[in-house]
Amino acid sequence: MNFSVSEAVFLLLAFATVFSASLVIAARNPINSAMALVATFFFLAAIYAQLLAHTIAVLQILVYAGAIMVLFLFVIMLLSLTDLGAPGPRVTFHRVVGGAAAFGLFVALVLALLRWHANPVTGRPGSGLRFGTLEAVGGLLYTRWLLPFEAVSLLLLVAMVGAVVVAKPRV
Amino acid sequence: MSGFVHGLSYGAVIVTVLMTVTAFSLWFERKLAARMQSRLGPTLVGPAGILQPIADVLKLLQKEDIVPLKADAVLFNLAPPVAVVCAIGVAAAVPFSPTVVAADLDVGVLYVLAIGAVTVLPVFTAGWASNNKLALLGGMRAVAQSVSYEVPLVLAALVPVILAGSMRIGAIVQFQSDHHWFVAWPFFLGIPAFVIFVLAMLAEANRIPFDIPEAESELVAGVTTEYTGMKFALFYMAEYVHTLVASAVASALFLGGWDGGPFRPGLHWMVLKTLFLFAGLYWIRWTLLRFRSDQLMRLCWRYLVPSSIALVATAGVWVVFVG
Repeated sequence: MNFSVSEAVFLLLAFATVFSASLVIAARNPINSAMALVATFFFLAAIYAQLLAHTIAVLQILVYAGAIMVLFLFVIMLLSLTDLGAPGPRVTFHRVVGGAAAFGLFVALVLALLRWHANPVTGRPGSGLRFGTLEAVGGLLYTRWLLPFEAVSLLLLVAMVGAVVVAKPRV
Repeated sequence: MSGFVHGLSYGAVIVTVLMTVTAFSLWFERKLAARMQSRLGPTLVGPAGILQPIADVLKLLQKEDIVPLKADAVLFNLAPPVAVVCAIGVAAAVPFSPTVVAADLDVGVLYVLAIGAVTVLPVFTAGWASNNKLALLGGMRAVAQSVSYEVPLVLAALVPVILAGSMRIGAIVQFQSDHHWFVAWPFFLGIPAFVIFVLAMLAEANRIPFDIPEAESELVAGVTTEYTGMKFALFYMAEYVHTLVASAVASALFLGGWDGGPFRPGLHWMVLKTLFLFAGLYWIRWTLLRFRSDQLMRLCWRYLVPSSIALVATAGVWVVFVG
């Protein structure tokens, strides 16, 4: 067994990601869960950065850890979900469906991994260094994927208007 | 690999210098505040009291480390160091001169904003994990304030990005070096964007006039109420380091960074501008009063957000038709 430095770093990050992700579902307290989710986002961002996708890495932190999780925490605190109440029945419809979906995903992933075989990176040497830059991502976003991009921004606008309508007593 | 070694060594130097400057800026602040209030400030430790920060740290190290019984011990202990790491982490992408930079990322501005945005998480965590009403209120205020001021901060930082056509902070400084500093030309974009950036950054670092998360007249000490000794000092340090690094970012984005106008460019210009801005923030701190929570929100959403959106739109028009 001989690892290169980047493989060792990747393994470390991967373990940290999986560990904090499992903490998200293992934690009793919703705030602890949320903080573990923040840690997961950071380790994921580090993995993106290791794959030279700097833009995605930084956006992961800015959008998920910085904005969405802060709002999550705010909502959890406002609702004060500290008291979870007595545990319900062990087998519910949600748990069966969720378990089945998780098992299906697991089988699909195992099948995909069994079929996978390592093949050398194709393309010109050095071209990989460019694909994660702001120019590359922005270029793709504003040329080839312009329509989906604008559609998503319209969706967000609708959601914003919806939030205002819900929050205001009289529109 | 050489990039890694370069980043690590310059990063170590930058962090050390930042921490030292932060420690002695405490002495400077106390002296300045004392002069503004016709007092003497620290005089006993060392010449003119200059060794006071070292004495303070020695004192804080000896304090008992208390974790409240019903606090969430893990998060409670984790919050202070994370706050410092977030504050220092921003410095990684700030170029102090063309060579003195840990990592001049091509997403530099975005990185600075991202790590800056995360700084609220340890503050909030501390407020929640303390299991103290006042700390919790402070944490909630911090979140509300940070989420609101994030918007004008990002939009104001976008103005130099649009004008220079790059998110690499080094390239933005180089652009200003080749043309004009953004506060000089186009000044009608540069100056308002600079003012909005500095205001929003003060709000994000929870400094007066935006320090309602720790408003001592209402909330004892806000999120830091339950913290003792070095852990309290870490929060204090995070606030100062955040302000110092944010001053450096503002100097690079708007004040031309290492460019010295007609004089030879170099590291000293960046240091001078950063310290000058930092001292100016102390001046504001000891002059102004604290805002009320609702005034703070009104200032942000009614004035700063619309004007920063207008600035970004004008900057786009300017670049297309003039620049």
